[in-house]
Amino acid sequence: MTPESRTAPEAAGQPSRPVPVPPGDPRDRGGKAQPILTAENLRRYFPIHGGVLMRKIAAVKAVDDVSFTVLKGETLGVVGESGCGKSTLARLLMCLMPLDAGKLVFDGDPIGGASGLSLRELRRNMQIVFQDSDASLNPRLPIEDSIAYGPRVHGMPKGAARKLAHDLLQRVGLRPELFGTRYPHELSGGQKQRVNIARALALNPRLLILDEAVSALDKSVAAQVLNLLRYLKRHFNLTYVFISHDLNVVQYIADRVLVMYLGQIVEIGPADAIYRQPKHPYTRALLDSRLDPDPRERVETAPLSGDPPNPINPPSGCRFRTRCPFAEEVCAQTPPELGEWIDRASHLTACHMANPASGHSCAGKLPPSTARLARVEAVAS
Amino acid sequence: MALQLSISKPGVAASSETTTPLVAVEDLHVKFVSRHETVQAVNGVSFDLRQGEVLCIIGESGSGKSVTMRALMRLLPKRRAQITGRMRVGDYDIRALSESQLAKVRGSVVSMIFQEPMTALDPVYTIGDQIAETVIRHEHISRRAAMDRALELLQLVKVPSPERRLNAYPHELSGGLRQRAMIAIALSCRPSLLLADEPTTALDATVQIQVLVLLRKLQAEFGMGLIFVTHDLSVAAQIADKIAVMYAGRIIEYGSARDVLMSPRHPYTIGMLASTVHGEARGKDIEAIPGSPPDLRSLPPGCSFAPRCKFAIAACNASVPPVGTVAPGHTSCCIRLDDLFVSDAVTAS
Repeated sequence: MTPESRTAPEAAGQPSRPVPVPPGDPRDRGGKAQPILTAENLRRYFPIHGGVLMRKIAAVKAVDDVSFTVLKGETLGVVGESGCGKSTLARLLMCLMPLDAGKLVFDGDPIGGASGLSLRELRRNMQIVFQDSDASLNPRLPIEDSIAYGPRVHGMPKGAARKLAHDLLQRVGLRPELFGTRYPHELSGGQKQRVNIARALALNPRLLILDEAVSALDKSVAAQVLNLLRYLKRHFNLTYVFISHDLNVVQYIADRVLVMYLGQIVEIGPADAIYRQPKHPYTRALLDSRLDPDPRERVETAPLSGDPPNPINPPSGCRFRTRCPFAEEVCAQTPPELGEWIDRASHLTACHMANPASGHSCAGKLPPSTARLARVEAVAS
Repeated sequence: MALQLSISKPGVAASSETTTPLVAVEDLHVKFVSRHETVQAVNGVSFDLRQGEVLCIIGESGSGKSVTMRALMRLLPKRRAQITGRMRVGDYDIRALSESQLAKVRGSVVSMIFQEPMTALDPVYTIGDQIAETVIRHEHISRRAAMDRALELLQLVKVPSPERRLNAYPHELSGGLRQRAMIAIALSCRPSLLLADEPTTALDATVQIQVLVLLRKLQAEFGMGLIFVTHDLSVAAQIADKIAVMYAGRIIEYGSARDVLMSPRHPYTIGMLASTVHGEARGKDIEAIPGSPPDLRSLPPGCSFAPRCKFAIAACNASVPPVGTVAPGHTSCCIRLDDLFVSDAVTAS
């Protein structure tokens, strides 16, 4: 399939008029500088009921006051440990669960509300690929029907939808005449994930959320899918939100990186800046936890001790303070601010040590990480 | 620590004194047979492991690494799994053991930790009970003494506030603590061989590294043999003395961690290393291995990796490649070993 033959979803159902996608995306409304997605103060708490009357006794603060922007054409990596709210964030962005508070704006249009973008319109613009490639496909549908399902719902005639499905299968590297009529159980994990990606692209979206999309795949297969994602991004003029716990993969694919800890953003900035000079002690510990494939470089002491605390009752002040080697009085009292986001070069961190006026004894200068020092010494000796 | 760390078990004493290896596996085959099909999971695996050594088995899903582990513990379903070959641990011939002998050997000579501690632990018993159960079963001591041992073991695996955790149920612990509790159970009777099946895969990066450092320390302290199964080359680099790379049920490369990871001599190992993502390669495609692993129900007659191998020639499909020696202690099963790597060998020597 060539990009010219691709029908934009707007034209679906009507006499199909081919609309070239790149260059100069006609779907673009607000211009290049306007973020494709803006999230403002997103919040989602999951209530926990208990006691005799099953009253609400506590809440898991899965996403707590999270604000960021996704810029057109970029790949925003989201990293963090399990339970930090990455996947809840993905579901909130997709409106798969309601927000407790906060606002989402897609290319200038607020999502939801009377005047805002409807869910149907949003789905044409934003799609998601989940981690579990098997569970996200209908086991009773041949994969070509799975891919054609979305376009059919949005009014595309049957024949055109099937043709589109075949074109997309070709694009993701599966021969349609061989795979089109197969059922999900007849495919390997990597092939199923390719089908999921093809299905996500069927409505010609502009933003794709990849929630641990390659995490469950074997390394050699994950590498193939990553290459495919890079190719598709160029070809379909896509923007990615790439959620992963694998820092190496995020470094490879992301332009900007957002680091989450217990439902909050602790650091956000350009990937190079974050990987070269992480500002938050948690980001540093995460980066130091990456293992070196060189057997001569063995880690002697773990950079962090303990597990992430329970998100039900997060620590007061800075949520990382219970595991932070530099925690002081001020960290328990006031939660650190992330600061003002200006443009794609902004590198922000929610840490008192980054704020000269915070009252932390290391304010304004970040002490060197112990793990990294130990490694440097070991190499030097 | 009051715990006796030295290993002095009747069955394994001889092997630790002489040079006989602790584990010897020879030509192990495992087939899963059902009415419709036969899955050839392990196809002729042989390796030795000395007391106090760490062997990492690396492979992707379906390479037979976990099945090999389970065969060593005789955990495979008796009726469906057809096992041939020889497996010896200490003085025990694993395949010849009766059920009652097996119950004695499991836990006290060989024990195992699994990938998902939540499913391996019993949800209705406390951590202390589960550790004590093993100790009572093997050493016939009182429950009180066994609980004391459980406490010591929790301290040994660095569980914070162990007194409180002794009475905790598995669901009350975090993933990292559960895996530590699992390790405590596995070590409770001081086995001479520990089998670890992807024990850190389900853990977060910051916790994974803690568990790896702990396992390495305990292994050295106990002088155990450790067979560690993983799909992650970097994890193997952290813990392995020896590495065996498996593909489609065969060991295709074997050697010291340094040899295998720094100068791999099998196209599959080379491909695996190249397709491991590094941040430095941004903006370029990753050198992925094309295709997917072979169907274990119908393996190709020759080298199983040949269909995906960029160096494959017609002869690769003729017969299964024999074990070729790269250097003392470093082997690779590739018929093009000599012509592919001749230039590297010259530069290395």
